[in-house]
Amino acid sequence: MKRFHIFWFRFRRNRAAAGGAVVLAAILALAAFGPVLYDVDPFEMVGRPFMLPFDRYPLGTDVAGRDILAGIVHGARVSLMIGVLASVAATIVGVTFGAVAGYYGGKIDDILMRTTEFFLCIPSFVLAVVLVAIFQPDVVTVTIAIAVVSWPSVARLARGEFISHRDREYVLGCRAIGMPDWEIILLQIMPNALPPIIVVSSLMVATAILTESGLSFLGLSDPNLVSWGYMIGVARTVLRSAWWMAAIPGAMILITVLAINLVGEGLNDALNPKLRK
Amino acid sequence: MIAPPTASNVKEPPVLEVLDLVKHYPIKDGLFAPDRVVHALDGVTLTVGRGETLAVVGESGCGKSTLARCIMRLEILTSGTLLLHGKDISHVGGRDLRAMRRRLQIIFQNPYASLNPRWSIGSLVMDPMRLHKIGDAAGRRARAVELLQTVGLGAEFMSRYPHELSGGQRQRVAIARALAMQPDVIICDEPVSALDVSIQAQVINLLKKLQKSLGIAYVFISHDLSLVKHISDRVAVMYLGQIVELADTSAVRQRVMHPYSQALFSAAPVADPRAAASKRRIILSGDVPSPVDPPAGCRFHTRCPYAKDICASEAPQLRAVEDRFVRCHFAGEPGFPPPAPLSEGKYT
Repeated sequence: MKRFHIFWFRFRRNRAAAGGAVVLAAILALAAFGPVLYDVDPFEMVGRPFMLPFDRYPLGTDVAGRDILAGIVHGARVSLMIGVLASVAATIVGVTFGAVAGYYGGKIDDILMRTTEFFLCIPSFVLAVVLVAIFQPDVVTVTIAIAVVSWPSVARLARGEFISHRDREYVLGCRAIGMPDWEIILLQIMPNALPPIIVVSSLMVATAILTESGLSFLGLSDPNLVSWGYMIGVARTVLRSAWWMAAIPGAMILITVLAINLVGEGLNDALNPKLRK
Repeated sequence: MIAPPTASNVKEPPVLEVLDLVKHYPIKDGLFAPDRVVHALDGVTLTVGRGETLAVVGESGCGKSTLARCIMRLEILTSGTLLLHGKDISHVGGRDLRAMRRRLQIIFQNPYASLNPRWSIGSLVMDPMRLHKIGDAAGRRARAVELLQTVGLGAEFMSRYPHELSGGQRQRVAIARALAMQPDVIICDEPVSALDVSIQAQVINLLKKLQKSLGIAYVFISHDLSLVKHISDRVAVMYLGQIVELADTSAVRQRVMHPYSQALFSAAPVADPRAAASKRRIILSGDVPSPVDPPAGCRFHTRCPYAKDICASEAPQLRAVEDRFVRCHFAGEPGFPPPAPLSEGKYT
C-alpha cells in the first residue's frame, strides 16, 4: 500500500501524465458507455450521404449515409479492445521468452533470441499484413497478428532485466536454499523486473491501435465491426471533397495514442525515478 | 597431488573437503578470436573440520568469492571434487543437490543485495523450511520467530520488509535464513565488510556464539586480517586463484613463510601508533597480474622481492613445511623470508 502511495504521488506531480490519464479515462468511458447511450447501429444508413457535421447528425454521415458519431462510439470499443488484448498477449509471450532466455543464458538464450530476432528483422507492419491476409480477417486474427509483431521488443527488454538480476546476491541466495528455477523466475525476479516492462507494454497499446488502424485502412479488418481505421479507409476516396470524414476518426486515434503515450511516460517516471536523472 | 591438509587439532573426519578445485571462465572476444580463459581458481585444496573456522584471505580478485560460489555449487566446476561428509557433491543434481543444500549454507557480503526487497522478513526466513518441507505452516512460523530471536531480533520483525531494517539487522536476517536448515557448514563471504565497524563486532560475536552452541563450521572469506587472526582456527592465503599458504592461525601469528603472506600481513593496520611506527612493512610493486594470462612458474614471481630464476620457470607445489603448507620454492630454508625492512616511522 505504501509503495502505491509513493507511486501515486510521483505520477500525479507529472501534469502531462495526469492530463493524459484524464483524456484516456474519458475515451475508456466513451468505449464502455457510449454504445449504450448513443444506441445507433454504425452500419445502418440513417440518411443522405455526405451530410455535414452539426446538421441532422452530430458528426454528419459518411459516403454510405451512415452516422459517423455511431461509428466513432462503436469503433472506440473495437480499437481499444484490440490494442489492449494484443499488448497483453504480446507481453505474456515476450516476458516468457525473455525471462527464460535471460535467466538460463547459454544455448537456451541463443535459440530463443535468434527466434526473436527473426521476427524483429521483418518490418512489423508488413508481417502483420501478411498474417491477416493469410487467415480470415476478423477480430481474433487481427489481434493475434498485432501480438505476433509486437512481442519481440518485450522479450528483449525482459531478457535484459533478467540478465541483470540473475547473478545478484538475492537470486544466488535463493538458489543456495534450493529454490526451484520457476519460483525464482516468477516470484523473486519477476516483481523486480516488472516496472520497465509495464511501461513498455502500456506504450505498446498505442502502437497496437495504430497498427490496427493501418490494417483496417487497407481493408484488412473484421467486416462486421467498425473501427476507427476502417472509417478512415472508407473516407480516403473522398479525402478532397469531404476531409472531415477521415479527420474525425483520425483525430480520435491521435488523441488516444497521445494520451496513452503520456500516461506511459508518466508511469516510466513514477516507476523508474532513477532513470530520470 | 598432496594429501588434503588438516588442522592438527582436528581428529575426526572433515565435514567439507575441497580437492584440486579448478574454475575457468571462458572469454568470448569474438568469433575468430583465440579462446581465452580467466583462471579464477587453479587447484584449490582445503578441508574444514567440524565446528572449525577456516579463514580464506587474499586481495580483491584472487578468487575468494568464486571459491565460495563453487563450494555452494552456484557455479559449474571446471574440474575438482567437493566432498561433504565424505560424499562427492561436485556433480550431484536434483534430490541429492537439495539434500546437500541443507548441510551447506552461505551468507553474502552485502545484506542490502542479498534479501529480496519484495518479501517480508518472515517469509524470507521461512522460505528454506518451506522449500525443504520441514514442519507445517504454523511450525515453520514458530521456528522462524525462534530463529529471529536466536540472532537477536524479535517476533515483531516477521512482518517487516528489508528496507525497514538497518544493515546489521539485515545481516542478522541473512544469518537466521542460513540457520533455518541447521547446516553443518556456513560459507561467510565477507559477511561484515559492508557493515559499520561498530556493527561488525556484534555480527562477528553472534557468529562465534552460534558456532559454540550449534557446532557449525565456517569458511570465513575476508580481507580483514586482524579480524581473521581474531576469529579463525586456520588461515588459507590465496593469490591469483591458488592457495599459497595454509596454516593454523596460532602459527600465522608467530610468523608467515610465503613472501606474499608476509607482504599481506605486513600491510594490516596496527591500532597503536608507536607499534605502527616500528612495524616492518613490505610494499609490493605493481598490480596483481591478470588472471587471464597468469605468470608462468610461480604466480607471485613478478612481484616477489626474493624471486630467483627458478621462480619464473618452475611452478612450486603446495607442500608441507614444518607446521604448515606453503607454495614456494624456498620456504623452509633457514632465514627465509628475510625480515621486512623497517617502515620509516610513518603513522599510516
